[in-house]
Amino acid sequence: MGTSPFGLPFAALEVGQHLYWQLGKIRIHGQVFMTSWILIGALLTLVVVGTKKMERDPKGVQNLLEFLWDYIRDLARTQIGEKVYRDWMPFIGTLFLFIFVSNWGGALIPWKLIELPSGELGAPTADINTTVALALLVSLSYFYAGLSNKGLRYFEYYVHPTPIMLPFKIVEDFTKPLSLSFRLFGNILADELVVAVLVFLVPLVLPVPVMFLGLFTSAIQALIFATLAAYYIGEAVEEHH
Amino acid sequence: MTSLLLFGASEGGLFDFDATLPLMAAQVVLLTYILNALFFKPVGRVVEEREDYVLTSQTEAKQKLAEVEKLETDLRNQLKEARKSAQKVITEAEEDSDRLYKEALALANSEANASKENARREIDSQRESALNELKSDADKLGDLIVQRLLAAK
Repeated sequence: MGTSPFGLPFAALEVGQHLYWQLGKIRIHGQVFMTSWILIGALLTLVVVGTKKMERDPKGVQNLLEFLWDYIRDLARTQIGEKVYRDWMPFIGTLFLFIFVSNWGGALIPWKLIELPSGELGAPTADINTTVALALLVSLSYFYAGLSNKGLRYFEYYVHPTPIMLPFKIVEDFTKPLSLSFRLFGNILADELVVAVLVFLVPLVLPVPVMFLGLFTSAIQALIFATLAAYYIGEAVEEHH
Repeated sequence: MTSLLLFGASEGGLFDFDATLPLMAAQVVLLTYILNALFFKPVGRVVEEREDYVLTSQTEAKQKLAEVEKLETDLRNQLKEARKSAQKVITEAEEDSDRLYKEALALANSEANASKENARREIDSQRESALNELKSDADKLGDLIVQRLLAAK
């Protein structure tokens, strides 16, 4: 808690401050890992509970998991194509679930009640390290998908349909992870900031619609990230004729 | 503590890259494998098994329906034929009985005619013989009367 300019005990804004953990020579952002472990733990608990006793007539949590599975399969199948979507479905699904759980967990769980010596707990996706990590994984994935499916013929993609496209396609390889990571990071951080600023100024009622908007944005961002990742992989494995 | 946008700070800041990045990447890759083993594979197996089950049940049901339809047409044809043959049997029986009736009638008629003829013939012959007898008797009587008259004279 801090003090507002009016001397009232409102929640203070802490942006760009981190809880550092020193591991030997390297330093990591402790608050990001703490929240991500809690959220991954919740996700895995849900999955384990839901798959414990699966039946042909689904009951309870199994319904939810099957709905998610179906949703992710449709997403992967429409973007990647019938031929190889099975190989990439777990990756796309993990991206979607991890980002979704991170975004919603960051928005719904009252992390601010837990005091840290430095920085504050929040959505893991509001840290640029997380989003860049995810975006780089996507880049590696689509290169790997293209090369493993088509070998060196993957590079035909750079001169397709004409060699004039070559510089643009090369630039795209850099802009893809950049836009992926910054879109997610910016949206989630901006949402947290807007809510924090509104709470800071008008602590009652007014932030609530913005919070709902934030939940909506969070879900949309998870979907966009997963869809774009799948689209890039699909683009890399697509056969040109 | 109220500090907005610490971009250029030597420690911290919004764009503070450090070992969090590779560790987070490794964590997500690990999560992918864990979720694949715990979530995607088992749920996929169950969903696909169910899809197969629904598909095979549907095909089976379609086959059975086709069979039922075939059997129905078969039975309908059989029924039609049975009706036709029953109709035929009835007509035949009617014709038979008609014929038998006519035959019996004809026979009875002819028998009646024959016996009538016989009776008439017999009556005729008897009448003739009776007439003959009468004639001979009358002749005899006439002779006798003549004799008697002649004798008495």
